[in-house]
Amino acid sequence: MEEVIATEDLSKKYGDLWAVKNLSLKVFSGEIFGFLGPNGAGKTTTIRILTTLTKPTFGRAWVGGFDVVEKPEKVREAIGVMQQHLSLDRDLTVRENMELRARLHHFDSSERKRRIAELLDYVGLTEHADRTIDELSGGLQRRTMIACSLIHKPKLLFLDEPTVGLDAHTRRRMWDLIRRLNADGVTIFLTTHYIEEAEALCHRVGIIHEGQLIALDNPFELRRKIGLFTVVTVIENGNASYKYFPDKMAATQYVQSLPSTVKTIVVRESNLEDVFLELTGRELAIK
Amino acid sequence: MKALIDVYTVFWADLRVLRRHLVRTIATSLINPLLYLLAFGYGLGRGISFEGYSYLDFVVPGIIALTAMTSSFNGSGSKLHVDRLFYKCFDEYLMAPVNVSSIVIGKTLIGVVRGIISSAALLFAGLIISPKIVASPTLPLFVLVLIISCFVFAFLGVLVALLVKSHQDMNTFSTIILLPMTFLSGTFFSLEGLPETLKTALYLLPLTHSSQCLRAAALNQFFPSESLLALICFGALFFSGSVLALKKTSVLNMLSRCARLLVALDKFKYRFKTHVF
Repeated sequence: MEEVIATEDLSKKYGDLWAVKNLSLKVFSGEIFGFLGPNGAGKTTTIRILTTLTKPTFGRAWVGGFDVVEKPEKVREAIGVMQQHLSLDRDLTVRENMELRARLHHFDSSERKRRIAELLDYVGLTEHADRTIDELSGGLQRRTMIACSLIHKPKLLFLDEPTVGLDAHTRRRMWDLIRRLNADGVTIFLTTHYIEEAEALCHRVGIIHEGQLIALDNPFELRRKIGLFTVVTVIENGNASYKYFPDKMAATQYVQSLPSTVKTIVVRESNLEDVFLELTGRELAIK
Repeated sequence: MKALIDVYTVFWADLRVLRRHLVRTIATSLINPLLYLLAFGYGLGRGISFEGYSYLDFVVPGIIALTAMTSSFNGSGSKLHVDRLFYKCFDEYLMAPVNVSSIVIGKTLIGVVRGIISSAALLFAGLIISPKIVASPTLPLFVLVLIISCFVFAFLGVLVALLVKSHQDMNTFSTIILLPMTFLSGTFFSLEGLPETLKTALYLLPLTHSSQCLRAAALNQFFPSESLLALICFGALFFSGSVLALKKTSVLNMLSRCARLLVALDKFKYRFKTHVF
């Protein structure tokens, strides 16, 4: 498989704080790669470095085969980026925002019209095309941002927290759009702090905590490492404890061995949340 | 050619926004200068004559200069700094395959357009009260100076909007630099007869040159060409500053680069000498 992103010891320091430290990873063509971590873990900093908006303190990164520090303009042509915040001109309409991107990428007039019509249809915004961004709901604003980032047909798309602040329904429609893009050949690098989002969408997940990559694999392998089954027990004082088992059999045996003082017992399949909390420390996360 | 198209693209987006809020934009940018015109020109200065002209004739070019300054500065600066700091949609321009000078000039043009619209509107209002300007044979020169002034202050707006770190910074700059310029740069009174040191200090402000040139052209007096030159230099300075700010090359960085070059040259010379002997 072809590498579309590679980093080596990528690090960024802001003042005394390492926002990203010694990050080394690879993303392959055709993947949906998820970068999972709590707020402030270094996800956005990583995206900003990979999309040439911030320079690393040290370490190197290649995107689409080009070094992000040495050939930023080549990198920018190869990628599409959807920022975490609303990065559209709010006084312009959906169509005007798209036209601005198309003009910045030097499309001629007929090409521009065709590409905009095609994308409006693709993301389902045709009927909202002439409304200004201020008049749109959050979900439609996100769609506009995706449409804008796709104007120049990039093969690699960066999505920084694509569904933050969206309701459950709108979020699922966004997931469908991301899957459809991926099926049409776009490699996707997304960040999220929603564990279920990483689980639902991503072929591989990297977990970042305090600037460092603490796990990197597909969701199943990550779960298998801690155990595919989780037993949650609550004793009198209300504190829950978690134990992990490789299969259902082992989990049931454990449950039978528990004393009768245990108030609640839950046996379930483990999920990425378990992995995440196991790796970062459950007590910390509960605070 | 490609650079020109990019300039137009950047300008195009801002022009769309301006068209959407045209009436509001012009109305708000005219309130201030109209008040000055009424209070100082009409109210205070009706009976006063000044350097052989009525005070009104004298003050109209000054007020046009300050209108050009505030409208151009705010026209290019206020949206840009909000887009850069709050909405962060300015990043999109930096991500595009467009060179930095095209972005700076494109963002400047919207300020120039707003400066010209506001000063033209004020000129029109001024003409009703003081028709001398239009009769002046140097009207084309007046228009030329006005356009150059708009460029200078629009470049300044871009530069400041690129350097500020918060909305407060932008306000502080307006209060500490623009407001004193408004009142002191020969807009409302003549600089003749002021103490030399004060005069020198005032000539360090771009608006002084702008109002001197505009007044000379409006009243058909001797034209201060060196002031026009100074104005152009200010424009070039603000433009280069903006480009550097976008390239994030600090002056310090540039100086250290120059120093390294000098050291390298020195070494080369030394080597050359030793080689010869």
